[in-house]
Amino acid sequence: MRTLKLLLRKEFKQIFRNKALLPLIFVVPIVQLLILPLAADYEVKNINISIVDHDHSTCSQQLISKITASGYFQLADYGASFNQAFKQIEKDKSDLILEIPEHFENNLLRENSDKLFIAVNAINGVKAGLGGAYLNQIITSFNNDIRVKWSQQPRFSPIPQIEVTSSNWFNKFMNYRFFMVPGILVVLVTMVCAYMCALNIVKEKEVGTIEQINVTPIKKYQFILAKIIPFWLIGMFIFSVGLFIVARLIFGIMPVGSIFLLYAYLSIYLIALLGLGLLISTFAETQQQAMSIAFFFIMIFMLMSGLFTSIDSMPTWAYYIAKCIPVTYFIEVVRMIILKGSGFTDIKYHFLIMIGFTILLNGLAIWNYKKTS
Amino acid sequence: MKQFLSFVKKEFYHVFRDSKTLLILFGIPIVLIVLFGFAVTNEIKDAKIVICDYAKDIATQNIIQKLEAGNQFKISNNLMSHTDIENAFKAENIKLAIIFPAHFNEDLLHLNKAQVQIIADASDPNTANTLTNYVTVIIMDYQKELIKNKSNPYTISPEIRMLYNPELKGATNFVPGIMALVLLLVCVLMTAVSIVREKETGTMEVLLVSPISPFLVIISKAIPYLFLSLINLAVILLLSVFLLEIPVNGSIWLLIAESALLIICALSLGLLISNITQSQQSAMLISLMGMLVPTLLFTGFMFPIENMPVPLQIISNIFPSKWYYIIVKSIMIKGLGISAIWKETFILFGTTFFLLFVSLKTFNNRLS
Repeated sequence: MRTLKLLLRKEFKQIFRNKALLPLIFVVPIVQLLILPLAADYEVKNINISIVDHDHSTCSQQLISKITASGYFQLADYGASFNQAFKQIEKDKSDLILEIPEHFENNLLRENSDKLFIAVNAINGVKAGLGGAYLNQIITSFNNDIRVKWSQQPRFSPIPQIEVTSSNWFNKFMNYRFFMVPGILVVLVTMVCAYMCALNIVKEKEVGTIEQINVTPIKKYQFILAKIIPFWLIGMFIFSVGLFIVARLIFGIMPVGSIFLLYAYLSIYLIALLGLGLLISTFAETQQQAMSIAFFFIMIFMLMSGLFTSIDSMPTWAYYIAKCIPVTYFIEVVRMIILKGSGFTDIKYHFLIMIGFTILLNGLAIWNYKKTS
Repeated sequence: MKQFLSFVKKEFYHVFRDSKTLLILFGIPIVLIVLFGFAVTNEIKDAKIVICDYAKDIATQNIIQKLEAGNQFKISNNLMSHTDIENAFKAENIKLAIIFPAHFNEDLLHLNKAQVQIIADASDPNTANTLTNYVTVIIMDYQKELIKNKSNPYTISPEIRMLYNPELKGATNFVPGIMALVLLLVCVLMTAVSIVREKETGTMEVLLVSPISPFLVIISKAIPYLFLSLINLAVILLLSVFLLEIPVNGSIWLLIAESALLIICALSLGLLISNITQSQQSAMLISLMGMLVPTLLFTGFMFPIENMPVPLQIISNIFPSKWYYIIVKSIMIKGLGISAIWKETFILFGTTFFLLFVSLKTFNNRLS
């Protein structure tokens, strides 16, 4: 016990002595948590539209004002030719082109139908799909308007109508930040703890001090505990600052579920994560190696964990990879507890799986560590 | 010159000796291309939804069939009360519930009006929104079929053409972003760390007292990573052309030249980081924490920059990857020439010169 205490004191001294590292551990994650949720906004709005109107009729003017009044579109350019509008697309000044052909109104009146040409910059497929769909909706609604106006049908025609009402639970105002902040917090805590832990032991290897420790009567488990405990505490600290100060005070996110449950899960998760850090450090000989390996994994974790995109939409093989990543479960649990207020029975399998990860990763790390030293 | 070459040789030895790091360096672009090309999509597929059908008549059956037809939904049919639905949202991975009240078809035919209720789990607002839209469109579609027999005067038919990416592949958007991300991160990280390592292990002193000028010592550090980055660039381009089937529409030489510019820019940034840090740990944390996530966000390929608050839009201009991303998109996908991207190229040049200047100014050839 005394040995452990002394070792812990050594570790803390080493961490807090390094004045260049401290702000990186404590300040950078918090600043990122403040900024990133503001930047990570998927919502498609402010679509820039170029309109080429060859008709110049009342009808085309009404259509244009309906489009610009919808709130989705900003008129970027009102040009005379398609080529001119296309230049705007090439320069990224506009996202789609609506071309109204000549005699549009006349054709509609005489021949009962006419075409409109829409060209969408589809490099960003999602934005293009949604932009095209919005414009289509507006045109359909405009079509209904003129139909009613020109044919003087009774407004309430006896056609069957289905009324769709939708309600949004757990996040009434559809605030995307409520979704992103807990997820980003998890990733930041993961990054700091995994890197720091992996680098810390490798540093002893690289500088050579690990041999000195190996020849002392310090037991393996004491050494590993002394390496894990400081970063476990740091992880808890960063998470708490993020949850209680940044998320609550700045973004106004009040956890719906039990804080105790959240911390219970966090403490298990951190042990699993630090086990991964240890495992990486047993494989690596230099800090550069440890960092590249850690970077490789964290990058995959970040992209596959469901932070940005839903894992249900992934192809089957990717779905199973995502299911083998501890971060996936923690992000899910954090969102479930904070946003939906899920209880212990709802996440008991998440607990079991995380305990499994903890045993597996730490077991592998200790096993591999013994072999190499 | 001969001395310089032997320094470069030494650096190459350092790099190639470390096979684990090398493996990761080449693995990163491949994994990223595969993940972004196939796994990370914004489309929504196989979302689990529950249908509470209290009517069980011909109309609801038809709508459910339509919902089942696409690959967006995984449907389970279950009669649930509101509390049941809430519990299902909390415990399982259900994204949406659709509730058809009793006598749906009768109401529709006789009263000309029927109601459907959609309840979405909005803890993920975008998925909730998209799914609600899908379902609404499908129900509206059914309604349209009901009134199909009526004649429709004055029909406007919009013809939509998708430019550059007719199949709406996500990869078209991501490949240029991955190129920016990989080149920038590999160069910045690796140069910074390899220089700081010499400081930390004390071998920097040996290098500084050697007859070659300190400036060339640093240049020799950067050359292997320049070389590696060019190989990475080739790998990414080959994968994107042959695996993802995204061709290079513009001039490939222009693309390579612009990439070389970004690589030099990143190498200067790595040099700057190595000047201001004393330990590998802080160099890595600065490059990773300070670079990885912001680059991912501010390049513009994950989240549209025009959606961000104005201060962040201004900040995004600092990141060279943003300009490079615009350049690559223009050359590779739109097939444009230098006349369309001279402004962005100029900005990249400016950033590179600035970074080089500052890092050479701060470079200290005396160790404290």
